[in-house]
Amino acid sequence: MASPANTIRQWLDERFPLDDIKALAQKKKVPVHRYSYWYFLGGMTLFLFGVQVLTGALLLMYYRPGADEAFESVQFIMTQVQFGWLIRSVHSWSANLLVFMAFAHLFSVLFLKSYRKPRELTWVSGVLLLFLMLGFGFSGYLLPWNTLSYFATKVGTEIPAQIPIIGRPVLLFLRGGEDITGSTLTRLYGFHVAILPAVATLLIGVHLALIQWFGMSVPPGVEAEWQARPEGKREIRFFPNFVLRELMAWYVALGLLGALAALFPWSLGVKADPFASAPAGIKPEWYFLSMFQTLKLIPAKLLGMDGEMLGILAFGVIGGAALLLPFLDREKPFNTRRWIPGLACVFLGYMTVMTVYGWVAK
Amino acid sequence: MSTASGVNATAPQSAPANLPRRRFVNILLGTGLLASAASFLYPILRYLVPPKLPDLGGDAVLAARVPEMKPNTAKTFRFGTRPGLLVQTASGEYRAMSATCTHLGCTVQYRPDLREIWCACHNGMYDLNGRNISGPPPRPLEAFEVQVRGDDIFVRRKQEA
Repeated sequence: MASPANTIRQWLDERFPLDDIKALAQKKKVPVHRYSYWYFLGGMTLFLFGVQVLTGALLLMYYRPGADEAFESVQFIMTQVQFGWLIRSVHSWSANLLVFMAFAHLFSVLFLKSYRKPRELTWVSGVLLLFLMLGFGFSGYLLPWNTLSYFATKVGTEIPAQIPIIGRPVLLFLRGGEDITGSTLTRLYGFHVAILPAVATLLIGVHLALIQWFGMSVPPGVEAEWQARPEGKREIRFFPNFVLRELMAWYVALGLLGALAALFPWSLGVKADPFASAPAGIKPEWYFLSMFQTLKLIPAKLLGMDGEMLGILAFGVIGGAALLLPFLDREKPFNTRRWIPGLACVFLGYMTVMTVYGWVAK
Repeated sequence: MSTASGVNATAPQSAPANLPRRRFVNILLGTGLLASAASFLYPILRYLVPPKLPDLGGDAVLAARVPEMKPNTAKTFRFGTRPGLLVQTASGEYRAMSATCTHLGCTVQYRPDLREIWCACHNGMYDLNGRNISGPPPRPLEAFEVQVRGDDIFVRRKQEA
């Protein structure tokens, strides 16, 4: 019996290596052990990214970039368009949860040492994706063109300007001129909806292909246990068993997002006025707060160097170290010494304390 | 599924009786999922419907002033969100109508040489009452009411009797 589905299947079979693709999809097994829950975070980050793409595309239907129109168009979305408030609130909430999830995913991978051979490049692509997500956050923040976002962008673009030699060109590139104007808005809009999504799509493709190729990493401790006691080893198939569990988590997350957006809708604030003074207590988004607070606390002169410069230099070193972490960890076997998890703990603690401090500080 | 095998292991004799129960659970889960999917999709569909912009067509619009019009000329004016056409006929009468061609929506114009209203896109012709007389337009242009108050020429949508 040649059902229509079979005919299509056969047509495709004659042209594409479907069985190879299927084999790759079915190859992956998900290890089951006491840390298995951490495997959900990457998928959750991916889900939130999907929510961002969908709600972002919806917002594009009504949003207009431009100093005279941006604020009004977001206001229009929130007050005139049916469910516009919901779509925008979900976009904002999901953006924040996405950054949080990406950080949680990074630290879980770090503590489980999943970055070790052969998964170095999976880690590198992941860290680059986290930087991209921060770029999305920064560029998207200005788009409603309100006072908060205006000054946050002003300060945010001033920071790289402190770097010697390339600082000024970077500032001009980011702002599309000397000051934050309508040109900055169209520029960041272009980054937010075209350039960053294109790069992110590519990187996510690479990241996922690598994960599919190498399979899930088993933490060194569990690996050692399984070697000592092979009968204790447990695995489930990625497809469909793990995917179904992950879908359930996504379903709950979607419900949670809807609830957050409905109960705590994102406010729009006041339209940006380039000639007004910065309001008191101005702060960036929470994921930039630890950096913001650090720069606030660094004395103007430190070790004979400009304090600001030193701080920015430190951020660069930390970012670079995060990117190249798999190549810094040369311990074998991997669970003997713990200097990397230890350092990561200190760093995580510092970030948390500074974020909270930045949050409560005047 | 562990739950199904668990049920079967404890009560193997009730396997046929389990079938309706499993179907009941499936229906319950399925409708729940469908309902929640609908609740996610509904706001999106509603969001995609553009909100109605305030239409000023109900009120009188100042279309032109008497000194700027001459016999056998016309002027397009804003009528709400769409263009309207105000014609002064050769005999001096004012006529006003929608300037949106009923064929494919181009903006029509007055042809003083023909004393008719012409659509440049597909050569549609209307007479000075807006009636479609030749070419592809399927319906007449919507005619408006003209009121001259002093030097101002106001146009409003014809009131339904």
